[in-house]
Amino acid sequence: MNNAALSNKDDLTILLVDDDDLDAMAVERMLNKLDAPPKLVRVCNGYQALEKLQTQTKQSVQPPYLVLLDLNMPKMNGIEFLAEVRKDPKLHASVIFVLTTSSADQDKVAAYGNHIAGYIVKSEVGPDYNRLANMLDHYRNTISLLH
Amino acid sequence: MNRSKEEVSLLMVEDDDLDAMAITRAFKKLKLLNPLIRAKDGVEALEYLRGDNGRDKIPKPFMVLLDLNMPRMNGIEFMAELRKDPALCSSVVIVLTTSAADKDKLAAYDTHVAGYVIKSDLGNSFLEVIELIECYWKIVSLPA
Repeated sequence: MNNAALSNKDDLTILLVDDDDLDAMAVERMLNKLDAPPKLVRVCNGYQALEKLQTQTKQSVQPPYLVLLDLNMPKMNGIEFLAEVRKDPKLHASVIFVLTTSSADQDKVAAYGNHIAGYIVKSEVGPDYNRLANMLDHYRNTISLLH
Repeated sequence: MNRSKEEVSLLMVEDDDLDAMAITRAFKKLKLLNPLIRAKDGVEALEYLRGDNGRDKIPKPFMVLLDLNMPRMNGIEFMAELRKDPALCSSVVIVLTTSAADKDKLAAYDTHVAGYVIKSDLGNSFLEVIELIECYWKIVSLPA
C-alpha cells in the first residue's frame, strides 16, 4: 500500500488567505472539528501568502499544502495572487481553492482561468462550514499532493 | 443547496473495463443521478467534450476523472490539449491512476489538475473518490 495519501493526513497544511477575521475564525473552528486537524496558517492578503510560500524560514508553509483563497483583499487580491503563483516556477503547480463571498461570473471566470481546483461561494458551505469540512476531509484522505 | 448538483456530468477517461465498471458501481451505490460518460482514451474524451466525431457533446458543468496510462492519447497528453483549448482550458480534472511515480504526479500537477488519486490508496472500491466528487458537487461552483 502506498502511503502518499495517508501522509497528507499527518502533515497537510492549509494556507488560508482571507482578510476577514470572522470568516477565518469559522474556518479554524471547522478544521478543529476534523479528526486529526490539519495545520492552519492564516494570512490576510496575497502578498503575505506569497511570502509564506516563497521564503524558507520556520514560519514558511511546506508541502503538502492546500491554499484556500479569498478574492477581495487589500494589497494583493486573490486573482493577482493566482497570477503570481502560476508564474512562479517553484509554486505554479500549487492546488488552490477559492473561498469567497463573490458569486459574480466575472470572478469565477478569472479564477478558473488560473486553473484553480474549485470555486466555493461562502454562502454554499452550510452551517458551521460543515460541507467544506466534509469535502476537505475526503480530499486529504484520497488525494496525493506534491511533497 | 447547490442547484447545479443534479446537472453536473462526470466524464471518466479510463481504458480498463474493470475499473470503469467499478467506478460505475460506486456511482450507483451512492445513488448519484448525474450523467456519467465513459471515454476509453484522451482522443475519445476530447471528442465528447467538443462534440466531435458524432459524439454527444457533454454540456457544462462537468468534471473529468482521468486515468494516465492509456493508448492513443494518454492522460498527460490529454491535459496539454485541454489547457490549450480556449473552450475547455478551465476544466476541473481529478487524476485517478495506478501510477504512484513522482514523475507522473509532478507532470499531472504541472497541468494544474485539482487532485491526484492513486488507485492502490483506495482499497477495494472507488467509493471514496466518488464520495469526494459528490462533496465537490455540493459546494464547488464549476465553470459554466
